Amino acid sequence: MEVPILKQGRFLIATIQAALSDADLLQLRRALIDKVIHFRSQGVIVDVTALDVMDSFATRTLRDITNVIRLRGADTVIVGIQPEVAFAMVQLGLTMEGVATALDLEEGLAHLQQRTARKT
Amino acid sequence: MSSSKRTATQTQRTAAQSTELLQELVAHLRQNRTQLREEWANRIAEAQLLTAMTKEELFAEATSVYDNYVEALATGTFEALQTYARDLSERIIPRGVETHEVVGIVLLLRDVLARSLFAKYQGDFTMLNRILDAYEPAANRIANTVAVGFVQERERVIRQQQEAIRELSTPVLQVRERLLILPIIGVIDAQRARQLTEQLLRGIRTNRAKVVVIDITGVAAMDATVANHLVQTVEASRLLGATVIVTGLSPEIAQTIVTIGVDLGKMNTVGDLQGGIEQAERLLGYKVIPVAEIVSS
Repeated sequence: MEVPILKQGRFLIATIQAALSDADLLQLRRALIDKVIHFRSQGVIVDVTALDVMDSFATRTLRDITNVIRLRGADTVIVGIQPEVAFAMVQLGLTMEGVATALDLEEGLAHLQQRTARKT
Repeated sequence: MSSSKRTATQTQRTAAQSTELLQELVAHLRQNRTQLREEWANRIAEAQLLTAMTKEELFAEATSVYDNYVEALATGTFEALQTYARDLSERIIPRGVETHEVVGIVLLLRDVLARSLFAKYQGDFTMLNRILDAYEPAANRIANTVAVGFVQERERVIRQQQEAIRELSTPVLQVRERLLILPIIGVIDAQRARQLTEQLLRGIRTNRAKVVVIDITGVAAMDATVANHLVQTVEASRLLGATVIVTGLSPEIAQTIVTIGVDLGKMNTVGDLQGGIEQAERLLGYKVIPVAEIVSS
């Protein structure tokens, strides 16, 4: 199951649409990094609204993506974590430190716009 | 085979005999209803039980308990008594009647009736023995039924109240667009912390909140578990993209937290609720200006 990555101006939007296997996650990581380099994007949004489970591997991969993309000078926002998922993650100790989060796509875009406006 | 048959018929005969005896007993109790009832009521007053009730109420209640008691003895069925015990408990629990009082009055009635049996059969010891054999198991079962009924009713009331307290205790309030307040009052245990977090997360989603102020002025004490619950709530909120500001840590709680060594570094804390709301407004880009200032400028 490949995750579609859309280019929206200076940003990239990756919307996860179904539960992902570990291989899918690694593929997403590769694809996102490639596209950030290719489009010279300033921000990335990963939308996880559709996920009702976030395990440790998913969490770690998302954090890795954020860190790698930060090295390219761009920001990443994870959006749409469901309340139940958030609660379960915290209970498991998966708090995604240092990763920006937002309520939904709209919020995520607003966040990135603010960040990039501050840089320029 | 034949011996077991004989025992079976024997048991039947004893059962039949004991019903017969019970009927005799019931007739005796019905005959002396007024006198025994009064004696019982006096004994209750003497023992200082059910002091929450007036004398008249006590007497009226004693009468119906007495009748139900005799009825249960006569029919050997306890359903009616059970229902009555539940009704009675429902009426007297709000008046602060304790378990020991209810058990006490039922045991007193048992004693009063046993005494009257002693008095009646004092000449005939074998008869007295047989009557008591029939009476005691039934009386004990009645006492049991009433006590269990009372305790069950009490537990039901307690559960109901707990539920009500839980519902009341965690309001999530919106004070400005995208700003929620969660005032916490009372003790936080694991279950409440969970419910609190769930409610807050749902609130964040429905109100699209960006900043949440958790006010813990009303939390009397905090230990490591509670502090960790709080940290979890803050982290879960952050995963939904909301910033949490914790306000109202009392000096004692602040000291405890430092002593326990819980890492509250990730938490945004402000002294009081007012300060918390002010900071939240800053984060959201609001600025409160008195009307007079706008007019003068």
